[in-house]
Amino acid sequence: MAKVLMKGNEAVGKAAIEAGCRFFFGYPITPQSEVPEYLSEELPKVGGTFVQAESELAAINMVYGAAAAGARVLTSSSSPGLALKQEGIGYITNADLPAVVINMMRGGPGLGTIQPGQADYHMCVKGGSNGDYHNIVLAPASVQEAVDMVMDAFDLADFYRTPVIILSDGLIGQMMEPVEFNYSPKKDLPSKDAWALKGKGKGEKHMIVNLNMDAEDCENHNIALQKKYDEIEANEQDWEEYCMDDAEYAFVSYGTSARIVKSSVDTLRAAGYKVGLIRPKTLYPFPVKAFKRENIKKYLDVEMSMGQMADDVKLACNDVNKVAFYGRTGGIILTPEEVVEFGKSVMGGDK
Amino acid sequence: MSVVYEKSKGLTDVKLHYCPGCAHGIVHKLLAECLEEMSETENAIACVPVGCAVMANKYFNFDAIQCAHGRAPATATGIKRVDPSKIVITYQGDGDLASIGTCEIVHAAARGEKITTIFINNGIYGMTGGQMAPTTLPGMKATTAKHGRDVKVQGNPIRVSEMLATLDGPVYIERVSVTTPGQVAQAKKAIMKALKVQKEGLGFGFVEVVSSCPTNWGLTAVKAMEYVKEKMIPYYPLGVFKDLTGEGK
Ligand SMILES: Cc1ncc(C[n+]2csc(CCOP(=O)(O)OP(=O)(O)O)c2C)c(N)n1
Ligand code: SF4
Ligand SMILES: [Mg+2]
Repeated sequence: MAKVLMKGNEAVGKAAIEAGCRFFFGYPITPQSEVPEYLSEELPKVGGTFVQAESELAAINMVYGAAAAGARVLTSSSSPGLALKQEGIGYITNADLPAVVINMMRGGPGLGTIQPGQADYHMCVKGGSNGDYHNIVLAPASVQEAVDMVMDAFDLADFYRTPVIILSDGLIGQMMEPVEFNYSPKKDLPSKDAWALKGKGKGEKHMIVNLNMDAEDCENHNIALQKKYDEIEANEQDWEEYCMDDAEYAFVSYGTSARIVKSSVDTLRAAGYKVGLIRPKTLYPFPVKAFKRENIKKYLDVEMSMGQMADDVKLACNDVNKVAFYGRTGGIILTPEEVVEFGKSVMGGDK
Repeated sequence: MSVVYEKSKGLTDVKLHYCPGCAHGIVHKLLAECLEEMSETENAIACVPVGCAVMANKYFNFDAIQCAHGRAPATATGIKRVDPSKIVITYQGDGDLASIGTCEIVHAAARGEKITTIFINNGIYGMTGGQMAPTTLPGMKATTAKHGRDVKVQGNPIRVSEMLATLDGPVYIERVSVTTPGQVAQAKKAIMKALKVQKEGLGFGFVEVVSSCPTNWGLTAVKAMEYVKEKMIPYYPLGVFKDLTGEGK
């Protein structure tokens, strides 16, 4: 397919349609409102259904129903909306159902700001709903990658029967880039016939259960969930390395921040610093495999938050003293210059 | 020997956990019978609430999903939109529907979702042990209103059927009860009609059942039925509040 110039928020909507998603339930919020706007127009053209829900709470519980009925289903929002969706995300997770949730993050907490941010890492990666659980979390750094990740997200969701969150931000949602759409399923996807609610017909009735009254049943269900997470952690870690071959220092950054850090790496390389970038593409599972390096003197964690990912970097490299952090928050976009200054302050004259 | 009465095939053989004198069991039976008589048991999907009926998925002999507290109308919307040929039912208590889930029921009704809602109004939070519900009568005692609901302090009850009847979305709204054989027969008719409204694609149907909770009301089963008649029904009058089917009253 030829490349077309598209805004991030519209491109993720189109990516969902290309991946076979025909159902969207959402609620407007800046900076992602173009997702529901686009899909309200485009889904009916392909026989799909768009519902503007009365709230994010309702939207995610509609997603719960559509997922239970066996459909590929999408919802999208931005930070305060994601906070409201946490209830349903927990229920969908507990019921082993597939769904895709897009978060075009903005600065917080509370109503925060409508400018881009990355401060929902804890909420989305660590699990913002109640209970022991994870969702797969993918972090795109370009519109094209957002498109590819939305398509992958539907496969991952169906394969593991779990919600998948696209953790992006308002910058990628609002920016225009050339994109192409090439969907083909990457996994051998299991049939949904054994559990989806379609009316029992001549067979056994299906139940989507969320309550385990008996504590032992509940623990067993949790253990089964953890087994699924073990598999996800073993098989789905993904990251990009930039200038890492001879690196002695490594920036760690994701999404929009990583784009900025990349240009800072170029500047620092030109000045003779042996520095590179590890860019996690999956935030859960966190790409711990990327941090098994003896030769790195320091990891420089850079985020548009006050260091929410830094804890995962410390765990991944297994050395709290090896991690330095720099970030801006509340909707301020990092500049390459301040990241360069941060790099120099950590690396000193060490070229 | 000829069979004069049989348990509906719309119910499983799992033993109900409801207290003696509780309306939930009666309404389960009516719903199951209606679906069976319409030959829709194989095509039905129930959205069960958080409340005493949370385990209804085990009792109904058709597909079911346990919803988040109050969100059954949203979850039902998701299911129905995926396959409009299914019969999708929400079964909800008054805490579930008229408190935490007020937003979801009002908007599902306003959108005219082609689903059927069975609303069990027992004026109390049954499952959690008798706290005040939005429907608790003025003066009625609850564990969070020990001296009786004082409307000056705790506000006024909500008459959901009347409220939803102000919307253009719903096609059929009726309030019934199940304290006498006559009322049970009428309740069954109402449920049947609400399901037919859905089956024929006409729109949203709503049946409120003025119910009992002997356990949390602190009454015997018989006294609880009397309480429904003497206190609940005067506040929540029975009848049809909306009917756009053209079948009249
Ligand atoms: C989000 C959330 N809040 C509170 C509860 C606790 N809770 C369980 S059932 C219930 C009340 C149910 O009352 P009602 O809907 O009237 O049903 P009944 O048991 O009377 O049939 C509450 C508050 C919950 N499960 N989830
Ligand atoms: S507690 Fe009340 S509502 Fe619950 S089963 Fe018993 S009587 Fe019924
Ligand atoms: Mg109740």
